[in-house]
Parts: sequence; C-alpha cells; structure tokens
Amino acid sequence: MPAFARNQWYVAAYGHEVGRELLGRRILGEPIAFYRTEDDAAEVVALADGCVHRRYPLSQGRLDGDQLVCGYHGFTYDRTGACVYVPGQKRVPRTARVSSYPVVEQDSFVWVWIGDPALADPATIPRARHLADPGWTSVSGMEPIDCDYGLLVDNLLDLSHETYLHGGYIGTPEVAETPITTEVDEGAGIVRVSRHMDDAACPPFYARSTGIEGRITRWQDIEYHAPCLYLLHSRVAPVGVLPHPDGTDPDAFHTEITYAITPSAPGHVYDFWAVSRDFAQDDAEVTAFLRDFNHTVVMQDVDALNVLQRALDAEPSGYQELSINIDTGGLAARRILTRLAEEGAKPVEHVS
Amino acid sequence: MSGGPTAEVYRVDWMPGTDLLHGVCHCGAEHVTEDPVEMWQWMLAHPVGHAS
Ligand code: FES
Ligand SMILES: [Fe+2]
Ligand SMILES: [Zn+2]
Repeated sequence: MPAFARNQWYVAAYGHEVGRELLGRRILGEPIAFYRTEDDAAEVVALADGCVHRRYPLSQGRLDGDQLVCGYHGFTYDRTGACVYVPGQKRVPRTARVSSYPVVEQDSFVWVWIGDPALADPATIPRARHLADPGWTSVSGMEPIDCDYGLLVDNLLDLSHETYLHGGYIGTPEVAETPITTEVDEGAGIVRVSRHMDDAACPPFYARSTGIEGRITRWQDIEYHAPCLYLLHSRVAPVGVLPHPDGTDPDAFHTEITYAITPSAPGHVYDFWAVSRDFAQDDAEVTAFLRDFNHTVVMQDVDALNVLQRALDAEPSGYQELSINIDTGGLAARRILTRLAEEGAKPVEHVS
Repeated sequence: MSGGPTAEVYRVDWMPGTDLLHGVCHCGAEHVTEDPVEMWQWMLAHPVGHAS
C-alpha cells in the first residue's frame, strides 16, 4: 500500500462540523484540533492537538473567545498557536507554542495542508463546486474505516465491485461487464476511469430517485485528484437518450458522487461521501431516500474494507495479488500515490 | 493536488469484445497486452521501448 503523501491538501471536515465546539481529528497521523473564530470572519483554526505542557489533547479543552484553553492545567493559546497565558505566573515561556495548520474552506469542505506550511498553495486544491452550488442538492456524511487508505482508493477506482458488493442497490451485471477506459494525467496527478453502458438495467438507487422505468444508458466518469478528492460524474437517461450536439443534456439525470479520502493514521481512513443531484432538487422524499440508501451503500463498503484489512493483517507479509483489466485505474492511482508520497518525503529547499 | 492539464497523458483502452488492453503513451507509442501490471510497466519505461 502506498505511504502517506505529505505536502498535500486533505479534507479534514465538512464546514458544518466545525463551530464553537472543539473538533479533534487525526490527519496523516497528526492530531489536530479545529474550531471556528467568533468574529464575523468565522474562520476555521487548526492547531496541533497536543498541549506543550503535558501533551493533553487541546481538543478536550474549551474556547474562551477565540483562544483555546487547555482542559488540564489551563495553558491558553491564541489562534496562531502561541501560548498567551499559563497559570500562576506572569512569564510565558517563549517556546510555548503549538503549530497551526494552513486551512482553506471551499466547496463545503475544510481543507488542511499537511506538510511544510511554506509550500501550501490554496490554488492547487481541487474543486467540487457542485457541493456549494444552489443548482445541486446534496446529501453527505463521513464514516471512519479501519483500513489503509489505499484500500479505499482501490475500492473507488474499480466500480465493477458495484455488481457484487452493491448488487440490488447500485450494481447491475452491466457494470462489471462493461470495459473501461483509463487516462492518467501525470503532471496534474489525475486518474480518469470511464465506463459507458449503452443499455443497462436501472438499479434501485436511480429507479427510485429519477422515476425512470426500464433500461438506461448509464455513464460513470471517475476523476480522481490524487491523493484526496474523488469525483464520480454519473449520467443516467432512458436507453438511447444522449446529450444534444450543442453539449446540453436536458433529458438526462446527473449525479455527482464525491468522496474525500483522508488518511487518518496507518490502517485508518476518513471516508467523506456526498451525493449531489441536478433533478428533483426540492423533493424532500428523494433527498431522504438518497441519504438513507447511499448511507447503506457506503456501509457495505465500510464493512467490506474492515473485513479485508483484518484479513490482510492476518496474512504473512509479501502476499501476492492478481490484477486484471478492471484494475487498470486502481493500479494507476497507486502508482501516482507512491510518487506523491516520495515527493512529499523529500526535504525541500526554501528560497528565502 | 490539482495542477492544470499537462502534456503527460497516458491512456489505456480495454478493447470492447476482447480481453486486451490498448495503451497509448504521451509520446504516441502504442502497446497491447492482457495484463494491466505489464501495461503500466511498459508505460512508465518511456522512452525505453517506445520507438514508434
Ligand atoms: S497539559 Fe495542557 S495545561 Fe497541562
Ligand atoms: Fe462501493
Ligand atoms: Zn512513450
């Protein structure tokens, strides 16, 4: 499995998860405490989650205005991580500070930079605009999985598993049977996997949300922005209904399925998931159905990956895998992750 | 990480109706194989073995 890729942006939370309660998350092995400032900017602050005094997690403390008070002996930190108060004495040791992490809030996500802060460039964060676009209605959630993040990448890059693991939900025989096209943009760090089914059964996920009866044309276009953001552009329409020559596509149902794959620690990953649709936007029943149904589907993956990781852990090291055509995209993704991990592990020269 | 599109694009098509993969390197060299592992090995070896 690929190592962690540092010097990258990762989704740490949904914006709505971060407020005036402290939130603790571990990202690439680094414990981080998140909160939102009280002022009008309501900015997200991310501080290393270990008090300089006796290492108590700061996320177990409390907020006093925009300052964080350690819950053990009261060391108090400002939003930059500088300690501004210690109990019982006037002098605050000069070295008393925790690191703060670069944070960007975008497309409903809180992105955090793990690595050398001097290299953090918000312009390189991949977009998931539909998550914050009023033209789309989204349901979302997050499930921690006790598996290496590489197993989740494998899972998402090869949707042929829908036929078997999610049969009767989102899978139909045509998914596993239909050949894929794989494209890798090396410089951009993007893997694209496409599977276009011309004539397929309509799984309950789409039959019940779109109302289509009968067979469908089903397109799955994956765009994986390594290491964290996974977009699945899904297009479903009655068989034979294609986009118009001018590119408009009024007779199809579009669903954007978003995942953020954030390694938490070795053997642990955060699985952020969202389903956004451009149809029946105001239909609360469709929203409730998609939320429940997709949660069920996500849990099928979670359960399978927990089981798979335990099985792998029980194997003697150096086990062999056997890859076939369906794995072309997953193999490409692993290779890019390995390269990003190597690049992130190199010391970087600073130009000052 | 999200740079813009680059010129270094690799493509692998699973040829419909067959078990064969057809790969095209960014240099234009092509390769056909039944094994995706072998395909990426060939791809990454660029320019070795990519004379077209
Ligand atoms: S551990 Fe935080 S104040 Fe003592
Ligand atoms: Fe799945
Ligand atoms: Zn080549």
